[in-house]
Amino acid sequence: MTKIKTVADLKRIKDEVQSKIKLRENSDHPEQIVQVKVGMATCGIASGAKETMKYFVDELEQQAIDAVVTQTGCMGYCYAEPTVEVTLPGKDAVVFGYVNKEKAEEIIDVYIKRGELIDGVIPITFKTIDD
Amino acid sequence: MKTISEHVLDIVQNSVRAKATLIEIIVNENKENNLYTLVVKDNGCGMPEEILRQSTNPFFTSRKTRKVGLGLSLLKQNAEGANGSFTIDSVPGEGTLVKAVFQKSHLDRPPLGDIWNTWYYTLLSNPEIRLIYKHCTGAGSFEIDSKEIFDMLEGVSLSQKEVREAVIEMIINNLKELEVIN
Repeated sequence: MTKIKTVADLKRIKDEVQSKIKLRENSDHPEQIVQVKVGMATCGIASGAKETMKYFVDELEQQAIDAVVTQTGCMGYCYAEPTVEVTLPGKDAVVFGYVNKEKAEEIIDVYIKRGELIDGVIPITFKTIDD
Repeated sequence: MKTISEHVLDIVQNSVRAKATLIEIIVNENKENNLYTLVVKDNGCGMPEEILRQSTNPFFTSRKTRKVGLGLSLLKQNAEGANGSFTIDSVPGEGTLVKAVFQKSHLDRPPLGDIWNTWYYTLLSNPEIRLIYKHCTGAGSFEIDSKEIFDMLEGVSLSQKEVREAVIEMIINNLKELEVIN
């Protein structure tokens, strides 16, 4: 296969894909999708949030879990970065702290797939010392 | 921040929060004058003089969630630490231009890093923003424009595995040809 170097090469890939797949109807069932938001402000990035996001994108796709992975800003838990907010369909959002690859794997295997909570949740009632 | 791409990922968030619809990331490497320039330009809301003056103060932020704002401060520190300079210009209602110049050969000049992931992940979270990345060297230049990519995709998702891999491969192949990366 030739190297992909131009938008025309990309288009060839796209056409191949388009003929193979049935377009996923994500937007029609937003309530059934797992939402993962990775904290990506200065604090998150400095702590490796990009690797965490990459892991979630790759792994959720690998395991064929219907999910949307996006970036979000700083949630104020800079000490616990990278932080990840996971919203399972029909449930409240849960924020996890110190999410490296190992933690991300645990979140996917235990929380997202089985719905069981794991250690490392930042309670929503948490307040900083100033509040 | 360890790499230029991490700085970009960070600085671009400022533009996103400024409601920009067009963000340009331009890296210019010049062997002759030994300069390595990073420009992030947006058409967001901009900021007035008094906020602009505070923007590289690490103890200033427009956020409510914390009391420090290190993004621009860290970039300024890295640029100045690599014998370079840092400027930020902004016009309220028109946009902001951040420019960091590094001495290209300086040991403390951060490497480029995985800029393709920066471009892709920023776009994945902000598909409505037109995101342009341009890299120039003495050997030539490469540009990727999200508008061109979305027009070509004709509705096929950017997050589709094959599409993602192809887009990232395209950026890497072009950067290799420019000898920006090995």
